This record gives sequence, C-alpha cells and structure tokens, in this order.
Amino acid sequence: MSDAANLFAQQQSNRRRSTWLTLGFILFFAWVGFGGDLAFYLLTADARDSYHHVFPVIGIFSVLAAGAICWYSWRHGAERVLWATGAWELIEPATPEQKQLMNVVEEMAISSGLPKPRVWLVPDADPNAFATGRDAASASIAVTEGLLAKLSRDELQAVVAHEMAHVRNLDVRLMTLLAGMVGAIALLSDGMRQAMRGGSWKGGKGGKGGKGGSALAVAILLLWLLTLVVAPVVSRVLAMAVSRKREYLADATAAQLTRNPMALASALEKLEGASGATNSITRGAAHLCIVDPAPGILSSKEGFLADFVASHPPIRQRIIRLRGMGYQQAKREEAPVG
Amino acid sequence: MGTIVLLAVIAGMVLWVIGAYNGLISLKNQVVNGWKQIDVQLKRRHDLIPNLVNTVKGAMDFERSTLDAVISARNRAVGATGVQQTAQAEGELTQALGRLFALTEAYPDLKATGNVAQLQEELTSTENKIGFARQLYNDVATQYNTRQMQFPTNLVAGLAKASPAELWEIEDANERAVPLVDLSSNKPGA
Repeated sequence: MSDAANLFAQQQSNRRRSTWLTLGFILFFAWVGFGGDLAFYLLTADARDSYHHVFPVIGIFSVLAAGAICWYSWRHGAERVLWATGAWELIEPATPEQKQLMNVVEEMAISSGLPKPRVWLVPDADPNAFATGRDAASASIAVTEGLLAKLSRDELQAVVAHEMAHVRNLDVRLMTLLAGMVGAIALLSDGMRQAMRGGSWKGGKGGKGGKGGSALAVAILLLWLLTLVVAPVVSRVLAMAVSRKREYLADATAAQLTRNPMALASALEKLEGASGATNSITRGAAHLCIVDPAPGILSSKEGFLADFVASHPPIRQRIIRLRGMGYQQAKREEAPVG
Repeated sequence: MGTIVLLAVIAGMVLWVIGAYNGLISLKNQVVNGWKQIDVQLKRRHDLIPNLVNTVKGAMDFERSTLDAVISARNRAVGATGVQQTAQAEGELTQALGRLFALTEAYPDLKATGNVAQLQEELTSTENKIGFARQLYNDVATQYNTRQMQFPTNLVAGLAKASPAELWEIEDANERAVPLVDLSSNKPGA
C-alpha cells in the first residue's frame, strides 16, 4: 500500500515538475523576447528620423516559438531523441539475442504491470540504454547493440527493469521534455550570438540622443546578453541535477521488479568497465541514459564539482547500494521465514 | 433547514456506497485480469513443452524417465482447475523442467543445434513471466481481500458479490524472499 502511495507521489512530482519546467521555459523565452524589445525601444525612442521600435514583435514571436517548441517536445520529443541516436525499432527479432531482449522486455512489462513499450536498438558498440516517451503507453526503451552483446540474460533483465522504472515513475516525461528544451536553448543561444556578430547594432547609433534612456538600455542589454550566455549552461546543469536523483530510485525499483539486485550491480560493473564513449548518443540526451555516455574523470568521483556537472551519480556508489540490497536479501533467505 | 441537512447526509451516504461498490468491482476485475495474465503464460508453457520433448527425445533416449516425468507433470498441469490445484501442478512441472534442463547441460551437441537453446530461452522467459504475473496477481488479490473485509467497505461486499480470492501460494522458500529496498537517498553506502 505504501508502495503504491510512494509511486503515486513520485508520478505527481514528475507531473508537477514537467509543468513548472514548461512554464519556466516559456517565461525564459518571454524575457529574451520582450527584454530585447525593451532594449530596442529605449535605444530607438529619441531617434528623430530613423526606425522607432514600438510594437514588441520579438517578444510575441519568441513566446509563440517557445509554445511551439514545448508542443513539439511533448508530441514528438521521444521520436526526435530516438532519431538523433540512429536507433531502429525491433519488431521481428532476427537473432537469438534480439529474441531474448524482446522476451526480457515482456517480462518486465508484466512485472511492472505496464503495457509493453516499443523496443529500439542503437547501432553502437558501447553498452548503454535509455528510455523515452510521454507516458507508459507511448514509452520506448532503447539499448545499444554493445549492451546486447556484453550482458548476460539476468544483467540485461536488470537494465531493462531500470528503464521500466523510469517509465513507471514518469521520469521519461520530464527527461524527454528536458531533452527537447535543452536542445532548443542551445540552438537559440548560438543563433543569437551569430546575429549579434552579424552587426545588428544599428540601434546603438540612434541611442546617442538621450543619456538617461541609453544607460538603462545598456543595462538591460547587458543583462539580456548575460542570460543568453548563461542559459545553455544553466539548462544543462538543471537537466543533470534532475536526472541524478532519479538514478538511485530507478535502481531500487529495478531491484524490486527483478528481485535480483546483484544482477544490476554486475551489469553496472560491466558498463563501467567499458569505458569508451557512446558516440551515437549526443550530449542533449545524456541525462536519459543508464550510465553517462561520455564518461569523464568526474563520473567516477564524489564531491561538489561532480555533483554540479555529472548527469549520473558515481557508478561505484550505485553498485555499493545494490550490493547492500543483495546481501540483505541473502541474509533473509538464510533465516527462517517469519 | 433540517430537511436539507438530512438530504445532504443521505446523498453523502449514497455517494459513498456507489464509490465503495465501484472500488470493489474494479479490484475484482483486476484480480480476474491478473489471473488471465497467468493463464496465458501457463498455456504457452504447456504448448512449448511437447516441442522441447520431441527435440531432445532422440539425443537423450536413455534419460527416458526424466522426459516421462516432464510429460506427465505437464498433462496434470493442463488438467488442473482452481488456483490451489494449478499452483501445485505447475510447481511440480517447474521442478521436472529444471531437472530436464540440468540434464541437457551434459549434452553440448544438443545445445549447439540452436533449436534447443531457442526453446530453452522461450521456456525460461515463460517461466519468468509466470513468476512476475503471479507476483502481480497476489498483490491485487491481497488488496481485494483486505478491502472487502475492512470496515466499512465490508457492508457493501455482499452487494458487490465479493468473495475472497485465492492466493497463489509459493512452496519454494527461495522464491519467497523479497529484496530489501532502501529509498533513503543520502545514506552513505552501507
């Protein structure tokens, strides 16, 4: 009963966070748009003959654009993420390994009481896996070919269980929205910087007339520029922070679904051992994966800086926790059942 | 004023009865559905076993008794009715299959042909699915049983024709164990 309550709270929190994220994203675009309008207005207000910027075109346009991006991330985010990794959908399993993957996904669907998600294969030799989608009905689980080749049946089952946990907790919704938005912000920031360099500084000349107006305009412009520079970093840090907390919880749920925490521990050990980068998974989707696709020095360390930038908790720490669960289980099996 | 209060109380009670009744019916359907899930997998297992027996028969002729045990356990499982009897028969079938698989390890040629490995994978998966479906069934059945016995829902249990659902008992002690799950996030590794 408390399990169900726990799960419900987790889903609620993910729904709430998704809403806040969308709102924050639109507000950010509104600031970028209307802030730009304001700066332009102040800069061109006193100019006698040249252009007067009165109507907030940029603001309206960018809010509409933000809305469109949110809608797109909601409807097609999962497809885009899968497309970006070059994954192909597994429908008719051809090899015994693919058949096994299919079976394992079906098993975990039964165990978690969810409909069977769609299964995708990423052509990459480095072992990794991720889940994406809006909800359980539209969810997809993708694993790399390297994962299929390297893991045993039990380990594969554990990894799939970990991904099913993300689906069940509705982590996938938040993560997929985040993937779309992080990408959009990076794109916007790059585009704006290009436009600045392109010499759209005409407004600066017109602003020479009124001193007070131009000082305010410069302040707003500076603040505005600062947001644009900082936004991509902040959005990525946000994505990482959101994903790190969820990994421990998904590991615990996976252990519950398979009743075999040791299998996930040994799977994580193998994933850690394969230290190469998962090249087909881009940075924008890093927070979706079971282990960091581009492991740096930080992915194996605890500490303030690691906490700040790593998308995943240190694998060692996760393995230790899973082992702990495994020993508890073994101990209780030895003792007479009460 | 008094009549309004009275009406409100009656309306509240009626709403509660409807809610409790619907809750019980929904749980009842979940129990039925959970059992169907198990049934689908059991049927699949019964269909796979003759294939497996036919494939290994030639190579393992002198292990006749093990094969016979699997076949007879399977036939008893097919004929079983009710939760208790099915659970018993399926448990025996699982054990017989386990012995058969242990024996196939001694025949590397058999596994190399591919067909046996494939059948074994299918049977392993089906067995896992039975296990997980059983877990789910027991969970909802327990919830259903608790609900219909608790006060005040027990007052409408008769109305909803609710009767306790039988649980699928596990006879193997190893299977009973559930891993202890620790969700506290800031605990240093134990």
